Amino acid sequence: MILHMIAAIRCTNLVKHYEGRPPVEAVRGLDLTVEAGECFGLLGPNGAGKTTTIEIIEGIAEPTAGEVEIFGMRWGRDDNAIKERLGISLQETRLSEKLQVRETVTLFRSFYKCGLEPDEVIRRVSLEEKATTRVGNLSGGQRQRLAVACALVGDPDLLLLDEPTTGLDPQSRRQLWELIHAFRVQGRTVLLTTHYMDEAERLCDRVAVVDHGKVIALGSPRDLIAELGGEHIIEFTLDERDGLSPLEPATLSDLPAVRSARKDADHFSLSVTEPHIALPALLERLGQGGHPLAGLSTRHASLEDVFVMLTGRHLREGDATS
Amino acid sequence: MNEQTRPASSEKRYWPMGQLILARVREFYREPSALFWVYGFPLLMVVALGIAFRNKPAEQILVDVQQDGGDTPGFQSVYDILKENAAFKVQKGDAAQCRLRLRTGKTALVIVPPPSPGEPSQYLYLFDQTREESRLAHSKVDDVLQRANGRVDPLPVKPVDVQEPGGRYIDFLVPGLVGMNLMGGGLWGVGFVTVDMRIRKVLKRFLATPMRKTDFFFAILLSRLIFLVPEILVLLVFAWLAFDVVVQGSILAVVVLILLGALAFAGIGLLVASRARTLEAVSGLMNLVMLPMWVLSGIFFSSDRFPEAMQPFIKALPLTTLIDALRSVMLEATPLQALWPQVAILVGWAVGSFVLALRWFRWQ
Repeated sequence: MILHMIAAIRCTNLVKHYEGRPPVEAVRGLDLTVEAGECFGLLGPNGAGKTTTIEIIEGIAEPTAGEVEIFGMRWGRDDNAIKERLGISLQETRLSEKLQVRETVTLFRSFYKCGLEPDEVIRRVSLEEKATTRVGNLSGGQRQRLAVACALVGDPDLLLLDEPTTGLDPQSRRQLWELIHAFRVQGRTVLLTTHYMDEAERLCDRVAVVDHGKVIALGSPRDLIAELGGEHIIEFTLDERDGLSPLEPATLSDLPAVRSARKDADHFSLSVTEPHIALPALLERLGQGGHPLAGLSTRHASLEDVFVMLTGRHLREGDATS
Repeated sequence: MNEQTRPASSEKRYWPMGQLILARVREFYREPSALFWVYGFPLLMVVALGIAFRNKPAEQILVDVQQDGGDTPGFQSVYDILKENAAFKVQKGDAAQCRLRLRTGKTALVIVPPPSPGEPSQYLYLFDQTREESRLAHSKVDDVLQRANGRVDPLPVKPVDVQEPGGRYIDFLVPGLVGMNLMGGGLWGVGFVTVDMRIRKVLKRFLATPMRKTDFFFAILLSRLIFLVPEILVLLVFAWLAFDVVVQGSILAVVVLILLGALAFAGIGLLVASRARTLEAVSGLMNLVMLPMWVLSGIFFSSDRFPEAMQPFIKALPLTTLIDALRSVMLEATPLQALWPQVAILVGWAVGSFVLALRWFRWQ
C-alpha cells in the first residue's frame, strides 16, 4: 500500500538501563505504536517504566537501545521539527512561583514558531480569572491546568502527559479529563500515563499495561476486560469460623458462568460472564459447604481486574523499584 | 488535519530571549529578600566600613608623667610643657600607677622627670619599643621637651597636611566593594538561579520545547547585566554623595571594566552551576570558588601584601584583576589602553568559563 497513516508514535524494542548500584533496567524491550488521532494510555504501577518511556518519546532521555519515531521523524535528526509538534507535561514541574499565569504561558508561547494566543489557551483551561495570579498562589488543580496550558500553547499535534491527575481532587481530575477530551475532538493524539484505572477506561481508546519495563497487555479497555473471560466480577467474603476447612478458590472455577476465581487475603473474587447464572450456583455451593456469607457484591470488571489477573498484584501497591 | 481544526493558531512572532529575560527580571524584583541582599547589603557594608575607617583628626597621644613626692619643680615643668601641647593627653600618677597604665596599654609612654629642672640628672622614658604608638609618643615627647629646653633645629621645616579625595581608605575600599559585589552577584545570581531551575525541573521542561539553548544562556547573562546597573549605581552614587568618592579616570573605562567583570563572574557562576543537582552542592562550590578571592584579591587591603611567590596566582584571579584595574582607573586615572592585560584576563575568564559551562551543562 502506498497510502498508510504515519503513526504518531512508534517505539521499537526500547531499552533503557540506568547505571548505578544496583543498575536499573527501567525499560526492557518495549514496543509501542500510537496511531494519529487516538488517546493512548500507559498503565502500570509505580516503577513500571512508564515515565522513562514517555521521557524517551519526549526526547528528554536517550534510550540505551531501540528506536523511536514521532510522526515518522527521529530524535537526533529532526529535533526542532518534533518539538514544534509536541506538547508535554512532566511529572512535578514546579513553574516559577513569582510569575503570573499569563506571563508563564506567554513565555512558553514564545518558544514556538506557531501556536495559540496565550489568552486563548488560558481560556481553554478555564484559568481566565487567574490570568494575573502568581503561580505560587494557585491550587494543585489550577497548577496542573497551567501545566497543560503550557503544553497546549504550541498548538501541538501530540500531547504527552505524565500522570496528569495524580494527587488531584475529583473535580480537578474531571476538569482535566474534559480538557484532554476537547483536544482529542480536534483529531489530535494524546499519550498519557496513569495509575488510575477509571481514568484510562474513560479517556483512552487503547491502553498498554506496562510492568517491569515491558508491555504485558495491549488493547482497548473493553477488549482487555473481555479477555478476562467475564465482564462481571462477583466479590464476597466469608464469616470463617474455627473448625471449618477454608474454602479453596480453585474449587469455585467449575461453577457455571465462572471463568476464573482468586482470593486476596479473605476476599474472594470471581470473574463471570453471566452473574444471574453464577450467583445462585455460588450461593448453593457455599450453603452446602456450610460457609456463611459475610458480604457479597457484583460489579463490572475493570482494568484493575485485568492488571491483577496479569500480575497477581494491585496497581497501586507501589513496586519496590519505584 | 486541515487548517479549520486549528482556527486560533497563529504565527505571531514572540521574542523568546526577551521573554526569558523578562521572566528573570520579574522573578527577581518580586523577591523582596533578594532585593535586600543585592542592593541593601552592599550599601550597609559601605556605610559600616566608611564609618570604621573614616579619616579621624589626628589622635592625641596618651602619656603619663610620673609624680614622685609631690609637685616638685622638675615634675611641674614637664607636666606643664606637655599639658600645653594639644598633641598630648597627659596624666600624672605615682610609679606604680604609671607602670600599671603602661602595662595595660592605657598610656603609651611614662616620663620620669628629675626632681628639679636644673639638676644634672636625666629624664627617663619608659615604654615598649615594639608598640608603634609608644615609639611615636617617645619621639614626639622628646622633640617637644628638647625644644622647650632650648634645642634649636638647624633646618627650617614646615609640615603640610595633605588629605584629598583619592588617597583615603574609603577611596581604596569602594572599587574593592564594587568587585566583591560583581563576584557575589554573578555567582549567586546566575549559579543559584540555574540550579534552582534544574531542581524544579523547569530546565527539563524547557528542553522539551523548541527553545534555543543560546537564547536561554544569553538571557541569563543579559539579565545579570540588567541587575547590576542599579546594584553598582547605588553603590557608586552613595559613595560619591556620602564620602565624596569620585572616579578620577574615564567613566567609560569603569563601565567597560564592570561589564567585563560581570560577564566573567556570570560565566563562572554558570560553570559552577553547570552540573550541580542540589542547592547545597552549588552553595558549597560557590563558596569554594569565592573564598580564595575574598581573602586574596585585595578587597579590603592591597593584595601586594601576600608573598611574592603567590603573586602570579593572585594576579590571575578574576577578582584581583578586576579590582586592580578599577582602582587604577578610579584612583589613578589610568587610561583603559594601559590596562589591556587586565582586560585580556577578564575576557579570558568570561569566554573560557562560558564555553566550558555550555559543554558541561546538564539540563536535568
